[in-house]
Amino acid sequence: MSNIETSPEGFSLRQYAICLWGVVWREGLRFLHQRERFVSALVRPLVWLFIFAAGFRQVLGISIIPPYETYVLYEVYIAPGLMAMIQLFNGMQSSLSMVYDREMGNMRTLLVSPFPRWFLLSAKLLAGVAVSILQVYAFLLIAWFWEIEPPTRWGYLTVLPALALSGLMLGALGMLLSSLIKQLENFAGVMNFVIFPMFFASSALYPLWRVQESSPWLYRLCAINPFTHAVELIRFAYYQKIEWTSLAAVSAYASVFLVAAIVAYDPARGMIIRKGG
Amino acid sequence: MSKTATPALAIRDVSHSYGARRALDHVSFEVPPGSFTVLLGLNGAGKSTLFSLVTRLYAAREGEIDIFGANIMRQPGEALRRLGVVFQARTLDLELSVMQNLVYHAALHGLGSFEARRRGASALARAGLADRANDKARALSGGQMRRVEIARALLHAPRLLLLDEPTVGLDIKARADLLAHVRQLVDTEKLGVLWTTHLIDEVADNDQVVILHRGRVLETGRAADIVGHYGAADIGDAFSRITGADEEKFPA
Repeated sequence: MSNIETSPEGFSLRQYAICLWGVVWREGLRFLHQRERFVSALVRPLVWLFIFAAGFRQVLGISIIPPYETYVLYEVYIAPGLMAMIQLFNGMQSSLSMVYDREMGNMRTLLVSPFPRWFLLSAKLLAGVAVSILQVYAFLLIAWFWEIEPPTRWGYLTVLPALALSGLMLGALGMLLSSLIKQLENFAGVMNFVIFPMFFASSALYPLWRVQESSPWLYRLCAINPFTHAVELIRFAYYQKIEWTSLAAVSAYASVFLVAAIVAYDPARGMIIRKGG
Repeated sequence: MSKTATPALAIRDVSHSYGARRALDHVSFEVPPGSFTVLLGLNGAGKSTLFSLVTRLYAAREGEIDIFGANIMRQPGEALRRLGVVFQARTLDLELSVMQNLVYHAALHGLGSFEARRRGASALARAGLADRANDKARALSGGQMRRVEIARALLHAPRLLLLDEPTVGLDIKARADLLAHVRQLVDTEKLGVLWTTHLIDEVADNDQVVILHRGRVLETGRAADIVGHYGAADIGDAFSRITGADEEKFPA
């Protein structure tokens, strides 16, 4: 065929950058336009902060455990858990809507791009992480008015890499679930079987030594829960410290989830094929 | 066209199963460059499965799919950049403007914003929607959305355009307009088009037709030739005879 315009094989680095920018830009625009999604993402943690935490501050005493150096209010204790919760919801929501809602078409539009699939999925993931970080900072801004703030202003900066890493981990998990699990078609299923167990079996609402006192096996479950490590990584980073175990755990979980999601979306090996028709 | 020209789309001996259910059974056909080819089949004939294989959502495990000679499994990047796709489901971002939708798509093909806007403006002009570039996609009618999706699919200048039941949900006038628009693109731009449908009346005499029924290709050829061959009144009659005979031979 002589009259085809064949471009040279492959893409330049600049074109990879354009593609990544395009995916993030679209996600950002959609985020700005979907005010309901933004508001509900913000209201959820605020309800926990202002109602749940206010009710429980008398019941649950928090002893002094790192990174805290004084007694802290219960609201202060759960703030990092709520930041991680925002990212958990965001990761599950964006990935599941991607496949099951009318977004299915958008996922196909993305995957029909000639860029390598691992790159497209990673770009999509990074876009979701960027949005989740915006949501967390909006939450932190409101929390600041209630004097829930890091020990110094630097905490707002040092928490950023932790949020990026935990957002990646939770987004990759959502992407993996979206490709694998046919039964979790509605969000209620995901709430019951993923979000609630991950959230409650973690250090988000209570320190793990309290869990250990009441149930050693639950403690072990909490200790391996990826969400616990996301919360602790964020908690320490917010206090300008590094929790090395959590850093290692979150990095490892993020890598495993991401690789698994890319494999699951690989047309040759992918599980997506099981969905049929 | 000459016999030696590389087909826009070549499907050779492609089979696909979902577990025990065979959705496609040794399917082979070609879309010549610059032709309007209709893939005609009832719902459940395997059109969507074939579409998923050509767009590489699923792996083509059995058989070969080439787009202008580039194999979809071995050279997916090369194959996909020669391909434009309009999916059955509406895939515009409704909250974004028409032009923003186009810019996003162009980025997925490595085209920067400036080039995307230049190409987008001319694509919209061609679709008769030049004045809607800054409107939100939500404000468009069903037929206009489809035109934008076609304009979008052609931004990276592919020579093959795939449309999966593009007229679903459109009223009669919008259907006719869309069909005329795509036929015009075939004439003026020499695009190869594969148009899947279950609507007989979208077929014209000179179209290449592929009749897909229960996962198998029963007939291929020029519509008028198929009608003549079966001594049928029209393509709808021919379709009933061909698929009816098949069902007698292989009852479900």
